[in-house]
Amino acid sequence: MNYDVVVIGAGPAGMAAAVKLAKLGTSVCVVDEQPAPGGQIWRGVERNATSPVFNALGEDYQKGSFATAAFHAAGIDYQPSAQVWQIEDGWKVFLTAEGKSRCITAKAVLLANGAQERSVPFAGWTLPGVMTVGAAQILLKSGGMLPEGDVWIAGAGPLPLLYATQLLELGGKVAGYIDTSQKPSLKALSHLPAAWRDFPGLMKGLRWIWKLRRSGKLIRGIHNLRATGEGQLCQIEWESKGNTHKRDAGVLLVHEGVVPRIHETMALGCDHDWNDQQKYFAPRTDEWGQTSRKGIFVAGDAGGIGGWKAATVSGEIAGFGIARFLNIGIDAEKLRRDAALDDRRKRATALRPLLDALYAPPQTPIADDVVVCRCEEVSAGRIREAARASAPDVGAVKAATRCGMGPCQGRQCGYSVQALVAEVNNLPVGDVRFFNIRPPLKPVTLGEIATLQDVEL
Amino acid sequence: MFRSVTAGLKEQADMTVYVNGVATPAWDGETVASILLRVPNVGRQTPVSGETRLPYCQMGVCFECLAVVDGVSSVQGCLTPLKNGMRIERQRGRREVGQ
Repeated sequence: MNYDVVVIGAGPAGMAAAVKLAKLGTSVCVVDEQPAPGGQIWRGVERNATSPVFNALGEDYQKGSFATAAFHAAGIDYQPSAQVWQIEDGWKVFLTAEGKSRCITAKAVLLANGAQERSVPFAGWTLPGVMTVGAAQILLKSGGMLPEGDVWIAGAGPLPLLYATQLLELGGKVAGYIDTSQKPSLKALSHLPAAWRDFPGLMKGLRWIWKLRRSGKLIRGIHNLRATGEGQLCQIEWESKGNTHKRDAGVLLVHEGVVPRIHETMALGCDHDWNDQQKYFAPRTDEWGQTSRKGIFVAGDAGGIGGWKAATVSGEIAGFGIARFLNIGIDAEKLRRDAALDDRRKRATALRPLLDALYAPPQTPIADDVVVCRCEEVSAGRIREAARASAPDVGAVKAATRCGMGPCQGRQCGYSVQALVAEVNNLPVGDVRFFNIRPPLKPVTLGEIATLQDVEL
Repeated sequence: MFRSVTAGLKEQADMTVYVNGVATPAWDGETVASILLRVPNVGRQTPVSGETRLPYCQMGVCFECLAVVDGVSSVQGCLTPLKNGMRIERQRGRREVGQ
């Protein structure tokens, strides 16, 4: 199949871009991993409209209904439940859906594949019972799943606060909430005046924190959190003011912020910049969302974390940018001005400098016995050992230890391995590169590849 | 470890799936990954040490929710909605060639 544009990802950014592009008369195909549109933020929003969890999920979630309705109405070819495993010059997008592979071609590709939660390894994080806050929230959106037993939340950022609020609203219980963020620095507070531009957003956050404080379950100023148990989480432990604390735990939900999904842009050889405050790579783009590779565009959190409102705006901007690139006779600059997209983006990102400064990623060194690569079960100690014996490069550590070679392809351990190599060589983290990302982007079987038809390879 | 809010409100389950051969009630919107968190002894066993894991990220990036679904192994559970009659088995180690 041939299109003007292939959009990868049907979250806020992908849907906004696709709708704009379809209205401008281009042919668009949207490919998404999920069975229904909405991305992670609005996951299951159409199905949940009649669910008892819909109210508790809040206003921002409910707004997703309008976005998915506009998406369905726009006459876009939509391929759900599909995994993209390779993108080649030309542009050819290879994907697998329902066990069969296809190649679709397009003049431009928009990567709107979003973000993932940052992995922060600690002792016991591979035990059944430990998972991310984002995972628990997705479970809430997929069948209304609530955690049972002694439920602990440990993390920093808006998501754990939001999830705790949703959970309590639905009659769930939290044994304790461990805030792992550092004390706000003066530098962080200097962003407060700008944050007032998003007054409702700021108030919402303060309300969550206030509710939590009143519950008496907020724990702060801890370090060295670990999960223990034989084959399953039984207890959590931490240190605070020189004392060790132990509590029974059935479920531990952790969260230390989100990072862009960069496997696709890395594999395509796009230029990336290091965000030293939030410790992630993001593809470098021009003011229309185009990467260093002509015809490859990025929108939403995949281009740097900004949240769903900013993602929607950047999707619209990329939509106009792609139309401009396709040279279909529109005045993209004027359309951008008329829709006040830059003002909307400014408002949507007003809180971000404050959030980024308040919730900086933890910099505590990972203990030697902690598993860093979950897939290949490689410990921090083995990674340090390999790093000491090689050039300051993650590739050498990968070859020596197999870290990053499992099915997740370094999505979980990538930044930890980078930080460990930097630590051993006494280098700034941003000076160490990320893993080389090679095809396939997602596991694909030979049988699936054999179903490809009419492809000039 | 997890329960469905819906389970308390509806008299009957939306569907039945077979987990390690045992008929298990399930709810609309659930994925294979959520079943792994509700039913014991179905979490994948790692190919390296054989220890048991359960879903970690639910968004397709950790691969801890791999399971054998309707006879196909290494299926990412969090991306697979449950269907009535679906058979879900524990994934032990690597996917075998020819499966």
